[in-house]
Amino acid sequence: MPLPPPEALPALKDLLYRMADDALIIGHRHSEWTGLGPILEEDIAFSSIAQDKLGHAYALYQLLHELGEPEPDHAAFLRDAPQFRCCHLVEYPNGGYDFSLMRHLLFDLAEQWRYHLLERSSYEPLAQLARKVRGEIKYHVFHATQWVVHLGAQGTEESHERMQQALLQALPLALGIFEPSDFEEILVDYGIFPGERVLQSHWWETLLPILERAQLRVPPLETLTPAYGGRRGQHTEYLQPLLDEMTEVFRSDPTAQW
Amino acid sequence: MEAPVQATIRSLDPRVTRLSIPQELPEFTPKPPLDEWQTYEVFHQARPGEQPVHVGTVHAPDPEMALVFAKEQYARRGTTYSLWVVRTADIYAFRSEDADIFATVPEKTYREPHDYKVAQKLLRLKRKSHGSSAADAPASS
Repeated sequence: MPLPPPEALPALKDLLYRMADDALIIGHRHSEWTGLGPILEEDIAFSSIAQDKLGHAYALYQLLHELGEPEPDHAAFLRDAPQFRCCHLVEYPNGGYDFSLMRHLLFDLAEQWRYHLLERSSYEPLAQLARKVRGEIKYHVFHATQWVVHLGAQGTEESHERMQQALLQALPLALGIFEPSDFEEILVDYGIFPGERVLQSHWWETLLPILERAQLRVPPLETLTPAYGGRRGQHTEYLQPLLDEMTEVFRSDPTAQW
Repeated sequence: MEAPVQATIRSLDPRVTRLSIPQELPEFTPKPPLDEWQTYEVFHQARPGEQPVHVGTVHAPDPEMALVFAKEQYARRGTTYSLWVVRTADIYAFRSEDADIFATVPEKTYREPHDYKVAQKLLRLKRKSHGSSAADAPASS
């Protein structure tokens, strides 16, 4: 396995932890809908998306393991909230299906762009993973877009209003995805990743036409306060209870063979 | 003596507990008939050029959502090249009481391909290519 230059290693690990923790936590949140989805077909589709996210998290923890970090199960289940690098958006409780769908759209559109940019990463194992997950994430965005456009523009007055409120709640949280990092310059210099600012501008440009199709009003970007902190280990009150529940069985006996 | 079950435990499933379902459920008004989304028939195409095969149905409000659901319902495993969805109501079919239309009178083997000379020739060729003697093949008619 090719190793990155030693001076770029901390930056690469930080990027991988952000991505892996985002995928793990949103996957867990999505999985909380399993068995409770609005209709059978959607329950299956959303649960399947949750499984895909866990798969992405596993692959990213595996990359980290190859760079000297703990094995995937330990990275996922034996860390506490301050050690996580996920953004606040993925930590929030599911709330109603309106918020869950809006978060799903905002998050996956960013994921699609992130992996698209990473397909040309100088760190080849990450570029390979990006090419591998392309199809799955394309479906995730397709699923999210259909739902948000339907409920926003083709549903009832109530569904439109609820999607509008969900957007206003989720948008500042979503901006936290792109929290600047001290490692940004190194990532750009070594051709590993073009940076969060580039990612955010791509995301915003593709998000607006979707929200327009959904007939949702978008507040001006400069009026929003991004929910930063997650990338530095400062989390919402919701993350630790999630981790306690998610890791309860594993922590009862970390050495057990499953 | 067994310890009495604690009354505070409502469900062992954290998802259910999180819902905080009221102990007394309110009265539900019954739904009107045919209140569900319409159904779409799903056809699965494994590879380019192959015939799409009917695999089942999904409920959906329109064709795009039917595709969204069909993908996870019928293309999660194995190989898929494409999926078709067709509104069930758009499919025309014979009624079950007309199934006798398809019954055929026996003694009409001349309409079936195995009675033709070319079929025998093909059979001979096949056997030949598989290494057995061509003389084994019966030359009939």
